[in-house]
Amino acid sequence: MANVLVVAEIKEGEPKKVTLELLTVGGRIASGLGGTLNAVAIGTGLGGIETKLGAHGAKTVYVADGVASYNSEGYTKILADVVAKDGSGLVFFAASSQGRDLAPRLAARLDAAFAADCVEIDVDGGKVKVKRPVFSGKAFATLTMDGTAVVSLRPNSYPVAEGAGPAAATVAAGGDFGAVKAQVVDVVAGQSGTVDLTEADRIVSGGRALKSADNFKLLWDMAKVINATVGASRAAVDSGFAPHAMQVGQTGKTVNPTLYVACGISGAIQHLAGMRTSKVIVAINKDPEAPIFQKADYGIVADLFEAVPVMQKEFEKLLAEA
Amino acid sequence: MNIVVLCKQVPDTESRIKLKGDGSGFDMDGIKWILNPYDEYAVEEALKIKEAGKAEKVTVVGLGPDRIVESLRTALAMGADDAVHVKTGDDYGDNLAVAKALAAAVKDLNPGLILTGRQAIDTDMGAVQSMVAELLGCGQINVVSKLEVDGGKVKGWRDVEGGAKQVVESSTPAVVSANKGLNEPRYASLPGIMKAKRKPVAVKEPAAAVNKAKLTACSLPEERKAGKVFQGVESVPEVVKLLRTEAKVI
Repeated sequence: MANVLVVAEIKEGEPKKVTLELLTVGGRIASGLGGTLNAVAIGTGLGGIETKLGAHGAKTVYVADGVASYNSEGYTKILADVVAKDGSGLVFFAASSQGRDLAPRLAARLDAAFAADCVEIDVDGGKVKVKRPVFSGKAFATLTMDGTAVVSLRPNSYPVAEGAGPAAATVAAGGDFGAVKAQVVDVVAGQSGTVDLTEADRIVSGGRALKSADNFKLLWDMAKVINATVGASRAAVDSGFAPHAMQVGQTGKTVNPTLYVACGISGAIQHLAGMRTSKVIVAINKDPEAPIFQKADYGIVADLFEAVPVMQKEFEKLLAEA
Repeated sequence: MNIVVLCKQVPDTESRIKLKGDGSGFDMDGIKWILNPYDEYAVEEALKIKEAGKAEKVTVVGLGPDRIVESLRTALAMGADDAVHVKTGDDYGDNLAVAKALAAAVKDLNPGLILTGRQAIDTDMGAVQSMVAELLGCGQINVVSKLEVDGGKVKGWRDVEGGAKQVVESSTPAVVSANKGLNEPRYASLPGIMKAKRKPVAVKEPAAAVNKAKLTACSLPEERKAGKVFQGVESVPEVVKLLRTEAKVI
């Protein structure tokens, strides 16, 4: 008998999509553990959050409202108090910047089993069992967790079920950080309106063949049409065409989109590792021998500077029809 | 102030990963081992802080079997002063067990700053640094691409979603994990490599690990098969159509 506690991430009053994914799969895990699905929300402007999280299955929502900025130690304290109250057998995070920062600290505080970036989660003989990529997706490891488990789930790993349930009951959680050593003193905004690569459903990525930073505009223009975000290969990043935040691959980000369009990327093993779980891969490359063609669902042997503008027009046409 | 850099040895990024015959783990035969690339950024940053006169000493600490001393020597050859080898078997324990053993070793060194990479490129957990921070009661600043050290404080620019940066300030001692972009790691010079051979490596035996997250199966991903290849820019309209009618992703 143990509950599942989803650590919700809320942006402008709305739960992020990955939080709804956690609630959807978390409901099944809670049944397996013989407990209930609950959630915790920390932030500001959280009025009505019990309706939105309840609609996706949360029975109780612990709310710490009025917490203005993220703090790893402060959030750890709030969450540890909630876990003690809740009797959680699984504390379930998104593998986001915040989740990756916070979840292991909480695991150490709780002296709990920990696994990051999981892509599957189940219950086996009363224990939480997870599958996660290792070596940047070149292999998978299955871990069986003893006792309380702290797990983060990679976005886009599970679908979101239609939300129509009743509002959850709310319980006020203490928002006091206690003494902290580190705090956020400033936030420098990134490019506005773009979804992060790790959460993106569609990605258009460019390699060294783009030849310059300016040429990435070509990719951004096409990405806009299909509501995608833009990534880059290590070669493009190392050549100074794109910032490291855009790098997909073993020393960059591992992505999990529905559609990955690789433009002028030859497909080094490190890059393939970072994007191999994409559901559909399209590759555009001048070189018919490029290794990426061995992994792509659709390969186009063509110069990206000619093919990308045509592809953009075709997407525009297709979406205008719909 | 002394700086401790936590270093892990990992398979080279070019490695092809194989399973053991019985599927109980990964077959590491013939693997080329390297210092974790993200840890190189941490070593470089520690050396730069020392060269700026803000630290007296850089100690690298690594946990694992005897072969990891080779990676500790890589860091010593870059310029680290000394090393601690927390000596274990090949599979010591889960990340919390590793964090506990490392935290104990770090505590004895009384550092003002603990640096490491944002994640090891084999297990990809990115967990040990936050766990060490918690176990030592320190502030943590993870995934930084810029760092400033000023007296009893450190300030790190943390890479978060969408290219944004979260600026976090912590009192010392603090744990900071390095992202790519923080600096350009130096190559070890030949004199550096010769000197590294004589630098001290202390050996510590950790307590037995309590392993709560146990590896129970391994698998390889299904190899993606090559799909359809089209010639020339005139094929683009057809591919876009297939993305809707066949792949159903648009």
